[in-house]
Amino acid sequence: MEKPHVVNSTLVDTDLRDLVACPVCDTLYRFSSVPQGGRGLCKRCHHTLVTPRRNAMTRIVMLAVTGAILMVSAISFPFLTIETHGLRQQASVIDTILAYSDGLMVPLSLAMAALIVVLPLMRLIAILYAVAPMALGHHPARGAAQAFRLAEYLKPWAMAEVFIVGVAVALVKVGGLATLTIGPAFWAFAALVLITVVKDNFMSSLIIWKTLEARGIT
Amino acid sequence: MENAGSARHYLTAREAGLVSCTTCGRVNPAKEKACLRCGATLASRDSQSLQKVWAWWVAGIITFIPANVYPMLKTATLGTETESTLLGGIVELLHHGSIGIAAIVFFASIIIPSSKFLAIAYLALGIGRPSRTTAHRRHQIYEAVEFVGRWSMIDVFVVAILTALVQLGSAASIHPGIAAVSFALSVAFTMLSAQSFDPRLIWDADKDHPR
Repeated sequence: MEKPHVVNSTLVDTDLRDLVACPVCDTLYRFSSVPQGGRGLCKRCHHTLVTPRRNAMTRIVMLAVTGAILMVSAISFPFLTIETHGLRQQASVIDTILAYSDGLMVPLSLAMAALIVVLPLMRLIAILYAVAPMALGHHPARGAAQAFRLAEYLKPWAMAEVFIVGVAVALVKVGGLATLTIGPAFWAFAALVLITVVKDNFMSSLIIWKTLEARGIT
Repeated sequence: MENAGSARHYLTAREAGLVSCTTCGRVNPAKEKACLRCGATLASRDSQSLQKVWAWWVAGIITFIPANVYPMLKTATLGTETESTLLGGIVELLHHGSIGIAAIVFFASIIIPSSKFLAIAYLALGIGRPSRTTAHRRHQIYEAVEFVGRWSMIDVFVVAILTALVQLGSAASIHPGIAAVSFALSVAFTMLSAQSFDPRLIWDADKDHPR
């Protein structure tokens, strides 16, 4: 990225749309193209500003659709099965969420549902809503800006990957006491986490915002 | 590199009389209240940032105390019921010999939350005071706090998975303790505290002491 080494008076004349400010340290940059596959860093604080990727829009849409399908199968299939002394217990993701459903802890059940299933799914849908029309070459849908802003706000609260590590810890805790079988939902969930990571790698929010603006957000 | 040797000056949006949007990076004229591109509320600097940081921080500390005092798990095996706290669970893991997992849980639920409280307090106290640590160092601390926050939720998830799984009638059953709720709250509050922090405040201070 090129730093505008201009004095303020000429800066005002330039179209503000050509400028970018680093969200971390407020340093101004003139938006210049970063090569595909490259990484545009802020010179002052080293925050990553842009990461352009080839066919990023199409890939984001495909990965988000895959993620949504995986999420649906992760909810519907059994997750883990435990067996010991002839006793057998099966747990799905829903059962895990309902673990806190008695008495005082009901709000925690709702929070779990939000963190593991609802928010990750909502984020995928919001990204699809904002990006899919552009990937197909259309104008952004009405409310695309709100949808993408929602997706950005939700990022830290979508905790599917934290849940998967939690499963690993739980497996070790119980592993010694009983026989455990991993169900298809576990693999669906693990794949979902991987896909989300790959998708976020393709997604440079600055570029999506600029494209949304160029195509005319309503 | 241009201007080698002399202190380099970086022109910020604020100095140029503009307001930048932290959501989408768009630069707006100073008079705008909402971003012209994405519609997010604009503020050149979040003037209430530190107030919000401290409010959530205090809430996080308060809820962290019962999270450590009350039981996290209630295990019933063949008629005997045992309750284990956060630390107790880690000690139990050590007895089982799974040192790696014990280390993960110890880090995620004890070391990370407490160092997060310290780190946020350090960053918030450092604003507006001369500091020996560079803006770069403080920015790294901020990024680490932001990144690590959500991983503390692991323990709450582990308890939920164990509860859903280990329901083998009289042989063994696990129920969650009330500490899980306060622990989850504490993690959420500290995440909100870190998110309320406006990192641009770190870099504004850097201006007065060019390196």
